[in-house]
Amino acid sequence: MANLTNLYDVSKCTACRGCQIACKDWNQLPASIEPFKGNYQTHEDTDGDTFTIIKFFETEDPVTGVNWSFIKHQCMHCFEPACMMACPKGAYTKTETGATVHDPDKCIGCQYCTYACPFEIPKYRKREDKISKCTLCVDRTVEGLTPACARTCPTGALTFGDRDELLQKAEDRAKYLRENGYPNATIYGKLELGGLNKLYVLTDTPDKFGLPVDPHIPKNISAWQNVVQPYFGWLIPLMLGASAVSFVTTRLLANKHGGHGEHEEGGHE
Amino acid sequence: MTNHVVDLKNTDCALIMGSNAAENHPISMKWLIRARENRGAKIIHVDPRYTRTSARADLYAPLRSGTDIAFLGGMIKYIIDNELYHKDYVVNYTNAAYLVKDEYGFEDGLFSGYDQENRKYDVSSWDYKYGEDGLPLTDPTLQDPRCVFQLMKKHYERYDIDSVCKITGTPKNKYLEVLDMFCATGAPNKTGTIMYAMGITQHTVGSQNVRSFAVVQLLLGNMGRPGGGVNALRGENNVQGATDMALLFHIIPGYIDSPMNNAAHKDLISFVRSVTPGAAKLPFTNLEELRELVKEGFPNSGWKIHSSKWVVSLLKAWYGEAANAGNDYAYHYLPKRDEKKNYSHMQLFEAMHRGEIDGLFVNGTNPVVGGPNANKEQAALTKLKWMVSIDLWLNETADYWTHQAWDRPVENPNVAKYTPAEIGTEVFFLPAAAVYEKEGTAAQTGRWVQFRWKGADPVGESKSDLWIYNELGKRIKKIYAGSTRKEDEPIVNMTWDYDNEHGEDDIMKVALELCGFDVADGKPVEGFAKLKDDGSTACGNWVYCGAMTFKDGKTIYKPQLRKKDDPSGLGLYPEWGWAWPMNRRIVYNRCSVQPDGVTPWPGDEERQLVRWDPNAIADPTKPEVLGKWVGVDVPDFIGTTGPDKPAFTKPFIMRPEGHGCLFAAKTSMKDGPFPEHYEPWESPTANKMNSHNLNPATKVIEPDKQGDAEKYPIIGTTYRVSEHWQTGALTRNLPWLAELMPNMMVELSEELANEKGIKNGHDVIISTIRGDVKAVACVTKRFKPLVIHGKHVHEIGLLWQYGFKGFATGDIANWLTPHIGDANTMIPEYKAWLCDIRRA
Repeated sequence: MANLTNLYDVSKCTACRGCQIACKDWNQLPASIEPFKGNYQTHEDTDGDTFTIIKFFETEDPVTGVNWSFIKHQCMHCFEPACMMACPKGAYTKTETGATVHDPDKCIGCQYCTYACPFEIPKYRKREDKISKCTLCVDRTVEGLTPACARTCPTGALTFGDRDELLQKAEDRAKYLRENGYPNATIYGKLELGGLNKLYVLTDTPDKFGLPVDPHIPKNISAWQNVVQPYFGWLIPLMLGASAVSFVTTRLLANKHGGHGEHEEGGHE
Repeated sequence: MTNHVVDLKNTDCALIMGSNAAENHPISMKWLIRARENRGAKIIHVDPRYTRTSARADLYAPLRSGTDIAFLGGMIKYIIDNELYHKDYVVNYTNAAYLVKDEYGFEDGLFSGYDQENRKYDVSSWDYKYGEDGLPLTDPTLQDPRCVFQLMKKHYERYDIDSVCKITGTPKNKYLEVLDMFCATGAPNKTGTIMYAMGITQHTVGSQNVRSFAVVQLLLGNMGRPGGGVNALRGENNVQGATDMALLFHIIPGYIDSPMNNAAHKDLISFVRSVTPGAAKLPFTNLEELRELVKEGFPNSGWKIHSSKWVVSLLKAWYGEAANAGNDYAYHYLPKRDEKKNYSHMQLFEAMHRGEIDGLFVNGTNPVVGGPNANKEQAALTKLKWMVSIDLWLNETADYWTHQAWDRPVENPNVAKYTPAEIGTEVFFLPAAAVYEKEGTAAQTGRWVQFRWKGADPVGESKSDLWIYNELGKRIKKIYAGSTRKEDEPIVNMTWDYDNEHGEDDIMKVALELCGFDVADGKPVEGFAKLKDDGSTACGNWVYCGAMTFKDGKTIYKPQLRKKDDPSGLGLYPEWGWAWPMNRRIVYNRCSVQPDGVTPWPGDEERQLVRWDPNAIADPTKPEVLGKWVGVDVPDFIGTTGPDKPAFTKPFIMRPEGHGCLFAAKTSMKDGPFPEHYEPWESPTANKMNSHNLNPATKVIEPDKQGDAEKYPIIGTTYRVSEHWQTGALTRNLPWLAELMPNMMVELSEELANEKGIKNGHDVIISTIRGDVKAVACVTKRFKPLVIHGKHVHEIGLLWQYGFKGFATGDIANWLTPHIGDANTMIPEYKAWLCDIRRA
């Protein structure tokens, strides 16, 4: 079966955040109310009860003036998901339509996946000692429905369908934007990490939206999956420590490369 | 909206001004984005603050709150100076060519006829010169110095680009870009839309702000055409419907003036004379004589020549058999308002504050949060003997008497404070059903009336509004039943028959009364052209007449239609719901075709809505009569009006002159036939366009509550966000929405924050002469200080959607706003006032 994916076009998003609510509604996730911190963005990151958020970036350019851009952040449903590679219990699976699905019944709450994911998506839910994340609404899509977020989007920024078709649309749209005032417009998700099952049309380079320009899976994670797990499963306790070290170093490296942080707070902090 | 939401996809350029469409009308952006994708349309956003709408616009230009007329006046001048107006359109469809009375004049901010003492105008000089046939004299060359076009040109001479930018604070390059981009829609093959909301109306010059839009759109030839129009984005899903049903005090249903206790309204004939344009001096003493005159037609009347039919049918709907030819159709039953009194929101609360009002029904409103000068309005509630609150939750108004309701961030001797023990009001709370728990229609912003079926039963004891008011009506009638007192007749004889056979309220009975029915057989009247003033038809709201039809033995209620066909491709969806009037999707649509009625505007064939077909048979019973209007939309005039009739080139049928008003003649406006810039009541600068700071026709209610710029140098404004709705009574009680916008916040520029030592996320206090609020600071690049007459001026913005109830709470922004309003409508000036800000 073909991959079914979301295409998200930042040039059409008005940050109404209907997608955030639709997601909570469909997945029956409780509100996690945090006090207003001086930024429209509700949370700094997704959490165990918030599978998707809209991030806000406020910037100013001496020539073009103020710019406020928005991007929807959620699981990328990678073709080769690091979370799946890292999981010692096989809690992650890929569906035949390309969604990366996590099975809480198999989850032991070890949180390796949270260290492995280059997008920092899987989140630990303490009250259940489990991981949770976006499911690409597989429970809807198997019934022929559109994911809740895409269904509610009023402006058409989020669409859902066959990945190849949407990829073509995305390429066309990026080309149009490049020719109409957005010279840096590009797409994201086509080749990154061998392909993502979430496609983005961006009006500027990915770093302007807090996306890692060249995301990669930590080497020890692929080694884990290809070598260690099949032959040395008994080494799990040792690897836990190694992963923790890797997590810290990956984060440090990412920060050094300026992949995060710089724009994330909209210049408010 | 003169057009409708889907029609936005047909535009070449959208000017969004005084509206944050992306946040408050998200669906409008769907169609605008489509226009951009499919037609290369441009989106312009003009607003004091860079918002989520600006983020999606092609061009953003800031302006100071309350300077829209300067901004648009400059645009009018630019259009005229550069001959960017749509000439054929202007000459044929507007009153540009009309000659104006010699007595009319304008000098230094005052129009002729000003009465300084009463702050009002005698408008008799704001009129045309008339010929012997009683029709206005015109000069189609537009050269006569007394023609509207030349007077307008002269009026806006002062609005040059530099003067405008000094007033508005708009950077000159941005202003020029806006002028260039939007005025390009004056080309005959282009249309541009203007979208506005409360940012335009909530000013002491609110109505004239909208008038400026009308002038711009008439000059550019953008009215009555797809992708054009002056489009008010209504703030609530059914506020259009509520207005149609006479939400406002000065009208009765169908936008007819409400009767007053004066000689002009003393009986039915006098009333009909006063509400029928052109009838003032006609020789008739009864409806029969009037009927004869109407049949022949009389000048300067327009479609309102039929007012008597709407009034009599309304009386018939309300008083049934008790309304007959012998008793003026019970016209004397109608309550008459006091000519000298104003019954708008602020004046009602002023009267309440003076102890003149005993009881209050609060239904679908939350004045403790939403009312201007809310400290005073909350204090006014304490003077009530009783109050009935009807809402989904106990909102701030329902709980205004609690300790919590009087908590203020700062002790302020000027702010009244009460304890529950001091309040004697008996408060009743009736839990109301939510929108999905009841059925009925809502008229959305584009005048589409759509029926909604019930999705779930109401929770607990909550009831639909219809149930509540039906019970109230029935019980009041029961109390008065059998009374023979004269003064009780209006209640005893009022029709009240909304129950079905099971004794339950029946919404279709309400619908039938609104749409109108034949008194003899009870069948719906097919359209308002068939309403009569002889008591044979009854109609609760002539504007809705035609929404119900009887066909093949079945009643069809058109708001229930759900066909997704769009034969024109213009998004008219003629069988999806029903649009008033008569399912016209775009009003004034005569303008979508050239004056000959046949030829589309050059290069704009696809957006032609109607056309005159000289060979079509209008009435199958009269095949010998040829000629009829055909097209994709319902013609906004009588469909058989041919080239031999003067009305053939009069697209604005509700106007006595039939033409779009660049000059608002006679009684149209209370504060001038041309929009003129005045400063807000509280302004950091004097008016440099003329020597009158405040709109000369606006009444000052509380002169001692005007803040001065020395003490309060910062401009304050209020607005909403996507995540909360109106006073938040609904949305702040929903945890997921509370999560999105959890607290009261104030947005301010980095420059102001630096001056005041405020950091992002700090708690701050904002004060005006009327009160203080605490909020979280949102320090942003999206607000910038503006240069006004060479001086830096700061503006800040507060969300007015918070209160002390629900999950998302915060201080009430309206503790700060003033009790002053527009000269015509009395809408409060929420959008521009003076304040100061400091760290908490």
